[in-house]
Amino acid sequence: MSARLEPWQRAEIPGPKKALVISKPGVVSAIVRRAKRVLLIVGSKAMEVKTEDGDLIDSAIRLGRTGKVQVAVTGHLIGEFIRRGFKGAYTIPLFNLGDRLRDPEWEGLDGKGPYDLVLLLGFPYYYEWLLLSGLKHFAPHLRTISLGRFYQPHASWSFPNTLPEEWRGYLSKIIEDLEVSG
Amino acid sequence: MVSRKNLRWKIDEVKTSLGTFKGLEISVGRLYVEDWEEPMGPTPFPSITDLRDWDRKLLSRYRPFYMPFCDLCCLCTFGKCDLTGNKRGACGIDMATQQSRIVLLAACIGVSAHAGHARHLLEHLKEYYGEDTPLDVAMNTDLEAPNTRLVCGVRPRTIGDLEDVLDYVETQIVHLVSSCHTGQEGDNIDFESKVFHAGMLDHVAMEVADIVQIASLDLPKGDPEAPMTQIGFGTIDKSKPVIMVIGHNVLPSVDIIDYLMERNLFGEVEVGGLCCTAIDMTRYNNKMAKIIGPISWQMRFIRSGIPDLIVVDEQCIRVDVVQQAQKIGAPVIATNEKSCLGLPDRTHADPKEIVEELAEGKVPGVLILDPKKVGEVAVEAVLRIAPKRRGFKTLTREEVQEAAKRCRGCLECVRACPNTLPIQEAVKAASQGDFSKLAALYDLCVGCARCEHACPEGFPIISFMNRAAEEKIADERFNIRVGRGAVQDVEIREVGRSIVLGEIPGILALVGCANYPRGGVEVARLAEEFLKRRYIVVATGCAAMSIAMVKNEEGETLYERYPGIFDAGGLLNIGSCVSNSHISGAAIKIASIFAKRPLRANYEEIADYIYNRVGAVGVAWGAMSQKAASIAAGFWRLGVPVIVGPHGSKYRRMLLGRKEREEDWYVYDARTGRRVYVGPVPEHLFYAAETLEEAMVMVAKLCMRPNDTSKGRAIKLTHYIDLHKRYYGTLPEDLPLYVRRESDIPFTMRSEILKVLKAAGWEEGKIETPDPTLLERLIRRRA
Ligand code: SF4
Ligand code: SF4
Ligand code: SF4
Repeated sequence: MSARLEPWQRAEIPGPKKALVISKPGVVSAIVRRAKRVLLIVGSKAMEVKTEDGDLIDSAIRLGRTGKVQVAVTGHLIGEFIRRGFKGAYTIPLFNLGDRLRDPEWEGLDGKGPYDLVLLLGFPYYYEWLLLSGLKHFAPHLRTISLGRFYQPHASWSFPNTLPEEWRGYLSKIIEDLEVSG
Repeated sequence: MVSRKNLRWKIDEVKTSLGTFKGLEISVGRLYVEDWEEPMGPTPFPSITDLRDWDRKLLSRYRPFYMPFCDLCCLCTFGKCDLTGNKRGACGIDMATQQSRIVLLAACIGVSAHAGHARHLLEHLKEYYGEDTPLDVAMNTDLEAPNTRLVCGVRPRTIGDLEDVLDYVETQIVHLVSSCHTGQEGDNIDFESKVFHAGMLDHVAMEVADIVQIASLDLPKGDPEAPMTQIGFGTIDKSKPVIMVIGHNVLPSVDIIDYLMERNLFGEVEVGGLCCTAIDMTRYNNKMAKIIGPISWQMRFIRSGIPDLIVVDEQCIRVDVVQQAQKIGAPVIATNEKSCLGLPDRTHADPKEIVEELAEGKVPGVLILDPKKVGEVAVEAVLRIAPKRRGFKTLTREEVQEAAKRCRGCLECVRACPNTLPIQEAVKAASQGDFSKLAALYDLCVGCARCEHACPEGFPIISFMNRAAEEKIADERFNIRVGRGAVQDVEIREVGRSIVLGEIPGILALVGCANYPRGGVEVARLAEEFLKRRYIVVATGCAAMSIAMVKNEEGETLYERYPGIFDAGGLLNIGSCVSNSHISGAAIKIASIFAKRPLRANYEEIADYIYNRVGAVGVAWGAMSQKAASIAAGFWRLGVPVIVGPHGSKYRRMLLGRKEREEDWYVYDARTGRRVYVGPVPEHLFYAAETLEEAMVMVAKLCMRPNDTSKGRAIKLTHYIDLHKRYYGTLPEDLPLYVRRESDIPFTMRSEILKVLKAAGWEEGKIETPDPTLLERLIRRRA
C-alpha cells in the first residue's frame, strides 16, 4: 500500500501534508454530493487520455451534464468542448483560476458564489501538482480532489497511482453515481 | 563627475626628494569625463529600497500567487520547519514570505552569474585591449548603454568606465543575498521588490558583459545585415578533429579561433558550440565557428561520439561533463574558476606538457584559467587526439535492439522524465526492430538524462535515441543570422511612434533556455505566427537557435525569410543571454530617444513610460535557469510582461492581474491629474501558459497598453480576436474590457463585436484614454 502512495513523478515529494487516498469511487461521489458548489477543471491533456466514454473530454462533458459540477477548461481546449456540443464550460488559464480560487470572496465563474470543492482532470502531472500546492497552502477554505490516474500529494484526496483499466472503471462509476443522484 | 568609488591610501610618513611628509592622504578615484549634459535624475545607483514604491505599485496590481515546491523550510538549523496550514517557522516566517525568499535567492543566483561573467570579461579584455578601449558598440547609436545610464546615471565612455558600474552591481547583490538570511526580511512583497531589484541589476550586468565584448572583440554592432552562419548537428564535418565548446563565456573559444587563424589551420579543425558560447563565437567569427544547438543538445552531441575534445566555460554546462566525456574517450578542458569540475589546475604548466597529458589520456581533463593557453592547448591536443579516436564507435541498431529486449517495463524512465515521454513504449518497439518511436522522442526530449539514471537496466537512452534518429540528425543543417547586438538609435527613431501608438501591434521577445514541453519547434511556430502578423520579433540565446531549426518547404529558415531589421515583420537575432540587455535597452531607448523622457538615473519614470506605452512581451518558452528568473525580473520592473512555458510554473510564483477588479486598473491622467479607469492592460506581469496556443493568444492580449490610439487598439484587437477564434473557437469573453470606444473595434468585425458588447452591457467611454501614468509626480496640471 505505502508503495502506491508515492507521487507519480518520483521527485515530486511535497512534505508533511499529503492527500488522503481515495479507496473507492463511491468516496468521490459522496463528497461531491455533499459539497455546495463544485468546480471541475479540465486540462490540456484531456484529449490524450482515453476513458470508457472516449476521452477525458467526453467524460468531463458527461460530468458537466449531471448538473452537479460546473466545468472550467484550461489551455486552449474550450473549442473542443464546443465542437462536441457542450456549451456550458468556461475557459480560463489554470493559474488565473488558482489565483481566484484562493480568494474566499471570489464569486465563481458564473458570479453565483464561491466554490467549496474543486475536481481536476487532464493536466500535465507537474502542472496540476503545482496548482494543488498553491491551493493547499493558500486556499484553506477549499477542498480538492485529483481525479487523474496518478497520486497527487497536494490534493485533499487523490487516487493512488492506478492501472489504466482500473482507473477508467472508477471514473465511470463516479459519473454514473452522480448521474443517478443528479 | 567623480565616480563613487574612491581609493584612499593613508600614509603615515613618506620620504621624497622634496622632504618628509607626515600623515599624507592620497585619494584616487576613477574620473569620468563628465560630458553628459543631462541633469542627474532622482535615483542614481539606487539602493535596494530606492525603487520600492514603484515596485509596490506594480505588485498591488499583480499580486504574487505562490505554488510552493516544498512544504518545508530547511535553510537553518532551527529547521526543518513545517510551513503548512498557516504555520510559521522558528524564525517567524510564513509560507508566502518563504516562497518569495526562494524566488529572491534564485534571482540573486541569476544576477550573480551574469555579474561574475561580466567581471571576468572586463578583467580579461581590459588586460588584452586596455581599459581605454572605447565603447563603440552599435552603429548609428549614441546611447551605448541604456540600462547603465538609466540605473546608474553615468555615461561610460570606455570599457574601464564600466568597472564602477560592476562594483555597484556586486555591492547590491551582497545586500540582496544578505536579506535572505534567517531573521532578515519578513514580508513577501518586500522580498518581491528585492527580486525586481535583482532583475534590474541583472540587466545592467548583462549590458556590461555584452558591450565589453562587442567593443573589444569587434562583434557585430547592431547590424541588421549581420551574416548568416550554420547551426545543427549535421553541420559538423566528422572527418576533421572536432572541438566542442559549451557554456556562455566566449573568451576561451575566441582564443581557440585566434590560435587556429594564427597557425593557418582554418578549415582543419571543426569548432562547434552549445548554448550562448556558440552564439557569441559566431558573432566573433561566423566562418570558423558553428552552432550545434541549444543547451538540450549537450548530452546528445557528447553521446554521438563526434567531439574529440570538450572545452567548457561557465553556466548551464552539465556538471558531469567529465564523466560523460570519458564514456567517449574525449578529454575536457575547464576554463573558468566557477566551474573547476575537480580537474587538476594546469594554468601555469607548459602547454606542451598539458597537450601530452591530454593526448596520452593521462588525465580526464585539466583546468586552465588562462584563455590564451586554452586556445593553444585545445587545438594542439585535438590534433593529436582526433586520429586516435578515429575508430570510436557508438551503439549500432542491432546493439540497441538487443539491449532493449532486457527492458523490464517498469516505467521508471517515464516517471523520471520531465515531459513524461513514452520512453518505455519506444524502447519496447525498438526491441522488436521498430525504431520510429525512439526517433520521434528525439524531437521532444530535453536531453536531461534523468531517464537513464532511473533505468534499472542502466540503458543509455539518449544514445538509443541518437541511433534511432540518425537520419534526422544528419539532416540537421540550418541557417541562422548571427547575433547582431543592440537596436540602433536610428531604428528606434523610425519605429518608436508606431510602437507607442500601437500601430505596430507589438514587440515579441523570444528569450531563454530550451526546457521545452514539446520541442523547440514550438518557438519557431510562435515566431512565425507573429512575424506574419508584422510584430517585431527579437530573439536571444537558445530561443534564437530553436527558431532557426525549422525549415519551410523551400528549405529556408525564418532568418532567411524575414529581414533582421527592428521594424514590423523583422526577425532579429540579438545575440546571447547577456544580449537580453539590448531588448530592455530598446524599450528604454523608445522612452528616451523617441519620447525624449529624461533618462539619467530616472528609472521610475522610464519604467512608467514603458509600462503604459510600449507593447512589448517576453516569452521564455523553455525557461529553466536562475538567470532566466533574474532576466524576467528585470523586465517586470520595467513594466514588460513575461510569459513562460508550462515548466516555468516551477519558478513557483506567478504575478497575475485580476481583470475583473476594476479598482486595480486606474491610472492618473498626466494632463489633468484625474484618476481614470483604463482597463486591465497589460493583464499579467508573469504568466505560465499550459499550451503554445494559449501563449499565442496571451501574447496578443498582453501587447495592449493604455496609450494605444484607436487605430492601434483596433490592430491589436484584430490579432487578439483572430488568434482567440482560431485556437479557442470563440470570441474572447473579455472584449468589453478592451474596447474603449466604437472606433477601437476592428472594422471587419464591427457588427459581430458590437452585438457581444451590447449583450454584456458595455458602455462607450467607460474605459478612458488618458495620458497614462502611475506616478503622481508626473501630473502636469491638477484637475
Ligand atoms: S530559516 Fe526560518 S523557517 Fe527556515 S529552517 Fe530556519 S527557522 Fe525554520
Ligand atoms: S533525457 Fe529526454 S527522454 Fe530522458 S528523461 Fe530527459 S527529456 Fe525525458
Ligand atoms: S526504466 Fe529502463 S527497464 Fe524500465 S521501462 Fe524504462 S527503459 Fe525499460
